[in-house]
Amino acid sequence: MARILELVLNGRRRVDAVPDNLLLLDYLREVVGLTGTKTGCDGGECGACTVLVDDQPRLSCLTLAASVNGQGVDTVESLAQDGRLSAVQRGFHEKLGSQCGYCTPGFIMASAGLLRRNPHPSDQDIRAALGSNICRCTGYVKIIEAVKYAAELHAGGVAP
Amino acid sequence: MSESAAAHTIGAYVPMVDGPDKVSGRAKYTADFLAPGLLAGRIFRSPYSHAEILEVDVSAALRLPGVKAIVTGADCDKTFGVLPIARSEHPLAREKVRYRGEPVAAVAAIDDATAKRALGLIQLKVRELPAYYSSKQAMAAGASAIHAHRANNIERDVLFELGSVEQGFREADLVREASYDCAEVCQNQMEMHAAVAEYDVLRERMTVYASTQVPYYVHLMLAQILDMDMSRIRVIKPHVGGGFGCRTEALNVELIAALLARKAGGSVRLMINREETFITHRGRPQTDIRLKLGMRKDGRITAVECECYQRGGAHSGYGIVTILYSGSMLYAIYDLHNVKYMGKRVLTNTPPCGAFRGHGTVDIRFAFESLLDEMASELKLDPLAVRRANYLTAPTFTDNDLMVNSYGLPQCVDWVEQASGWGARKGKLPKGKGLGFACSHYISGASKPVNWTGEPHATVKIKLDFDGSIVVLSGAADIGQGSSTILVQTVGEVLGLPLSRIRIVTGDSEVVPKDNGSYSSRVTFMVGNAAIDAAQNLKRVLVAAAARKLEANPEEIECLGELYRAGAQDKGLTFNEVVTEALKDSGTITVTGNYSTIPQSHGGKKYRGAAIGGTMGYSYSAQVVEVSVDEDTGVVNVDKVWVAHDCGKALNRLTVEGQVQGSVWMGMGQAMSEETAYHEGLLVTGNMLDYRVPTIEDSPPIEVGIIESNDPHGPFGAKEAGEGSLAAFLPALTNAIADAIGLRFNTLPVTPDRVFAALEKRRRAGNGSAGKANNADPR
Repeated sequence: MARILELVLNGRRRVDAVPDNLLLLDYLREVVGLTGTKTGCDGGECGACTVLVDDQPRLSCLTLAASVNGQGVDTVESLAQDGRLSAVQRGFHEKLGSQCGYCTPGFIMASAGLLRRNPHPSDQDIRAALGSNICRCTGYVKIIEAVKYAAELHAGGVAP
Repeated sequence: MSESAAAHTIGAYVPMVDGPDKVSGRAKYTADFLAPGLLAGRIFRSPYSHAEILEVDVSAALRLPGVKAIVTGADCDKTFGVLPIARSEHPLAREKVRYRGEPVAAVAAIDDATAKRALGLIQLKVRELPAYYSSKQAMAAGASAIHAHRANNIERDVLFELGSVEQGFREADLVREASYDCAEVCQNQMEMHAAVAEYDVLRERMTVYASTQVPYYVHLMLAQILDMDMSRIRVIKPHVGGGFGCRTEALNVELIAALLARKAGGSVRLMINREETFITHRGRPQTDIRLKLGMRKDGRITAVECECYQRGGAHSGYGIVTILYSGSMLYAIYDLHNVKYMGKRVLTNTPPCGAFRGHGTVDIRFAFESLLDEMASELKLDPLAVRRANYLTAPTFTDNDLMVNSYGLPQCVDWVEQASGWGARKGKLPKGKGLGFACSHYISGASKPVNWTGEPHATVKIKLDFDGSIVVLSGAADIGQGSSTILVQTVGEVLGLPLSRIRIVTGDSEVVPKDNGSYSSRVTFMVGNAAIDAAQNLKRVLVAAAARKLEANPEEIECLGELYRAGAQDKGLTFNEVVTEALKDSGTITVTGNYSTIPQSHGGKKYRGAAIGGTMGYSYSAQVVEVSVDEDTGVVNVDKVWVAHDCGKALNRLTVEGQVQGSVWMGMGQAMSEETAYHEGLLVTGNMLDYRVPTIEDSPPIEVGIIESNDPHGPFGAKEAGEGSLAAFLPALTNAIADAIGLRFNTLPVTPDRVFAALEKRRRAGNGSAGKANNADPR
């Protein structure tokens, strides 16, 4: 059965009729065409599909699209403002927190969620916040540097 | 204008040129290519490990509304495989299935749900055959052949002895022998395999988007499997979400997608899930090693005898090359004579193995560096002193004819010794803590390409047009390692131009020159040298144009990137003015750059397959790992890693650090938690929870020292940076555990339950943790 899904997606109100069993991940990628959010596993293992639902990190592969009715959903495509990269995006780019880039949207959204609730995270806060995201390229060393640098940029006034 | 200076980025920290696309979500990977009318593909896989196919009945599935095409083994009688001498695999099994999960049929349907339903309607009738899940079972007398042309299930038997091990062991003060068992591991790159195939019925052309490290191999294999002229095929490599070796050969995924698209007369997107990605495999084989070393009291190695069995899986793949690398790469790190190697690559009824990062070298290095550590301890020698007693002196050729021109291993060892405080801390840490040390090395590209055509090893084109932008055209596959960034930097450096003026186009066979691909760490060395050649050729054209305009001799022209002048007092010409002048002769300028390896680097002929291992330059690595072992739980925590990597010259310090850290960490996964395990051929670790990859919370700080030995042939002196540091982690870890708790682990991965069991066994035996390390393995 289809349901009406009304949400604020990346800052814009949107209404769709979606099947009951449609995953938020598939809604974003296949229905809306926002392919920045990635699929990396068969459900809940890797974090590549992380998006923010009302500012909280959420695995979109374990979330039914219909369940976010009335809420705000932000994907990686929402972060750049007027074509300028956000603090977290700059961190991942400039400090090489991203190599192949496939896990990057998930890490970036989890990091953005962290900085929205904790603008001055410690190394341990960063590790805890990103503990359910897998990266196969970096060994995480530069991801931690990227998030710390993003926090500095954020403190200097750049949106996370 | 005298303030002008040419731009330089070589040796700097340069973020990747495609970074903004990746952090913004704009970067498109294969599965992101959505189009109206795209059909969904799904694969029907064998539930049997080894069976004769009696019938594949797809009639019910074909009747399902929405199913557009089904392909089976009957649709393709051609074989594929990366090595021209060992193409044993059909994209869809014919006559036999040889591993559980092997593709048998595939469906294209209007949507994924229909395709999935159709799979349930396919009937496979078989006669089961005996199946073999270990090298030993497959080699046993009376075992039936998995492939008819390999009667005893041995894909390749390698034997060489250079010098005399008998003599070498006689000269030794200490001879020790040990056995090692390394679990099979899988690349498990973040992007699951996917392919999009578009068949143009009217023009009879095939376009395939493939998530590959080597678009050229995909192109070759598509032509072979489809029986189509190569000129009718186009291969596009979008962004690739990691490879680590599993995508250095054409995979059944892209071949099946193309077969479906042609049969359906349309476009098919075939996305396989994580479990299927594990089953497609091409990882590092489970390996059994018996190693015997002879050593003098001063640490000098007098003889090496090594026996190696690799459980290769159901098809040939890279197998012959892997088993050869394991032998040849005993050399080129230390000064060895009297070496005997006996390697067997075995066919088994498990998913096919391939070329995992550090191809063929990792498990052997684990064994070698472990036994060195054990023997150093017995001879009361510092493990570093043992390595120092066995250094090569470059330039040299090894006994198996490998060419070593630059050798930064001594500097690597010195660096980690200093950085880790080795001298003051080794053996003096509190109970349960330990330090371990090991070395490793790797090639900078196999000197001989897999497909020997006589062409240069690498070709790069540069286009320069009226707009003054430099467009680099290269077939080199950026898979996240940053090859596009390196090529842009390289061209910019030669021309003295800022990176903003340079664009790069890669990954479309319709546009870019062929490249041999991203495997064996070849791109920086081979393609980098070709890019230098191309940029120098372009610079000559520009200098000639500037000389003409300035009425000077070309030798008098000074090129400062954005400014060309005929002397310091000359106000000179802007770059755009030079371009305008240069275009007067020929219109749009295109130049070519090539690179070919020198014959001395091609390895030897002393035994069959001795060319494997030949390269233009070896990278070197040394590592110190610090661990804490919880003796109550068996949990090992890696507190810190110090790694020094000789990459010849760091063209980009940021990406070199990233590559080295990533390699070390991938070695950590193999050493501590990763294993693809099977129950009678059924994969039981086909997800990222059971195939346990270290998370950010498990992962240590990794401090990188960059050693620059300036290779005489490398581009600006560079060698590889992306593989050589992986192998040393494994033995450095187990050496550190031996230092911490006096137990030596020769079976990988060293999981907490294995450590706990070994500690329990020792407690029950009433042994303290003092004294020499005991072998902890249950053998």
